[in-house]
Amino acid sequence: MGDVRLMKGNEVIAEAAIRCGCDGYFGYPITPQSEIMETLMIRRPENETGMVVLQAESEVAAINMVYGGASCGKKVMTSSSSPGISLKAEGITYLAGAELPALIVNIVRGGPGLGTIQPAQSDYFQAVKGGGHGDYKLIVLAPASVQEMNDFVDLGFELSFKYLNPAMILSDGVIGQMMEKVELSDYKPRWTDEEIEKISGSWATNGKKAGSERNISTSLDLDSAKQEVFNHKLQAKYRAMEENDVRFEKIACDDADYLFVAYGSSARICQKSVELAREKGIKVGLLRPITLFPYPTKQIQEMLGQVKGILSVEMSAGQMVEDVRLAVEGKVPVEHFGRYGGIIPTPEEVVEALEEKILGK
Amino acid sequence: MTEEIIIAGFGGQGVLSMGKILAYSGIMQDQEVSWMPSYGPEMRGGTANVTVILSDDRISSPVLKKFDTAIILNQQSMDKFEADIKPGGTLLYDPNGITRHPERKDINIFKIPGAALAAEMGNPKTFNMIILGGFLNVKPIVKVENVKKGLEKSLPERHHKLIPLNIEAIQKGIDSVENVQVL
Repeated sequence: MGDVRLMKGNEVIAEAAIRCGCDGYFGYPITPQSEIMETLMIRRPENETGMVVLQAESEVAAINMVYGGASCGKKVMTSSSSPGISLKAEGITYLAGAELPALIVNIVRGGPGLGTIQPAQSDYFQAVKGGGHGDYKLIVLAPASVQEMNDFVDLGFELSFKYLNPAMILSDGVIGQMMEKVELSDYKPRWTDEEIEKISGSWATNGKKAGSERNISTSLDLDSAKQEVFNHKLQAKYRAMEENDVRFEKIACDDADYLFVAYGSSARICQKSVELAREKGIKVGLLRPITLFPYPTKQIQEMLGQVKGILSVEMSAGQMVEDVRLAVEGKVPVEHFGRYGGIIPTPEEVVEALEEKILGK
Repeated sequence: MTEEIIIAGFGGQGVLSMGKILAYSGIMQDQEVSWMPSYGPEMRGGTANVTVILSDDRISSPVLKKFDTAIILNQQSMDKFEADIKPGGTLLYDPNGITRHPERKDINIFKIPGAALAAEMGNPKTFNMIILGGFLNVKPIVKVENVKKGLEKSLPERHHKLIPLNIEAIQKGIDSVENVQVL
């Protein structure tokens, strides 16, 4: 076994960034994710791998520093929590519009507005449906354990460079603040200038080479005809993500009569609810979307011949449930159960909701 | 084996670090562990609690409503968590500052005078390790040698000289549990 530790989800994001060869982190503190930058500041990776860690003067500055680093083909990232992500939204759509790879971590807290510092999942729409303006998508990864906080940093960078598109880790205060056993990844060296030239030389703005056209990093094109062609290209990219990079997990689905759909910390709670419901003789399974975009629409559809009803469980007033309903197309009842404003549902409450909203019908 | 534990008391009593040492001890014997703290306004003064789960299998929810064991270190936590112990479960508490003693008839109840013993040892910081010892008496789910290993792994080297004192406090706790109600 590798380097096994007991760590907080937030601390692991920082450690994983250093180990995966990240070139730069630019952030601004906000609860419940401040441990990410704190851990990086304590670790001082500039002495170890050369990774830059910088507390910017604001969230807006941080995301634009990410744009700058990403334009040069560097592996760069930022992190924040809900209100801070709203501030970064402009920069995020610019990254998507300029087709730049970057990793954004959102440790969600209850809203709207400044809301509360307690956990929530009420930023699903913002992460999956836009957040900023324009027809763009983020690759959205939803870790459900501290181990996945480790694994998805590297995966997020891998996917964002594969598609030249920003990726987001959408987590919350539960996974960020709790400690679990984690096996840390082995160190990968940061890319050398030569490697960056090889991987990203066709677009990275690292200085014009003799005999080649200059690279331009921009999301602006005033020629509408060209802009439409560019939008077609983006849409083709998003369809390719849907084709090739949907990730999900099924738990106790083989003999299930009913289904929970839940991601992140809600999926952990639902795992316990599956155990509790089965003790009562209710055969329920759990489908856990790991990528929220691309969404496991087909995998939900494949369950439709088998299950009689679906309960979507989220710490929101009902956001992901819309994507479940789009997948199900009215073929079986789909209901939502959620607690919000920073309240975490108990596994028992979820079972009660299943009995009342799905079995009671 | 899965043990679902809540440890609750005042901020500053070492509730969170006791949970952390327990979780690290679980890792030392190859178990799955989770440690879920209250991190809200309460950690900035007032009550603090942490849910710790040790299991031989993958852990489902780190957030729970019902517990196998509650370790209660102040009156507010007694009022809040006594009802959340599973029937047949275990309550361990320090009677210091407790004005309303537990009333459940369907759980095992044990007392440990942690605050008094820590004062006797001349070091109030040993309090949480005395309580941990008390827990290991009633639920010997981790071996003291694995707690020691956990301390070695979780404490920075400069604090390793404190490990013998912590082990002494744990032993004191193991030896000082009083049965109140055993089913």
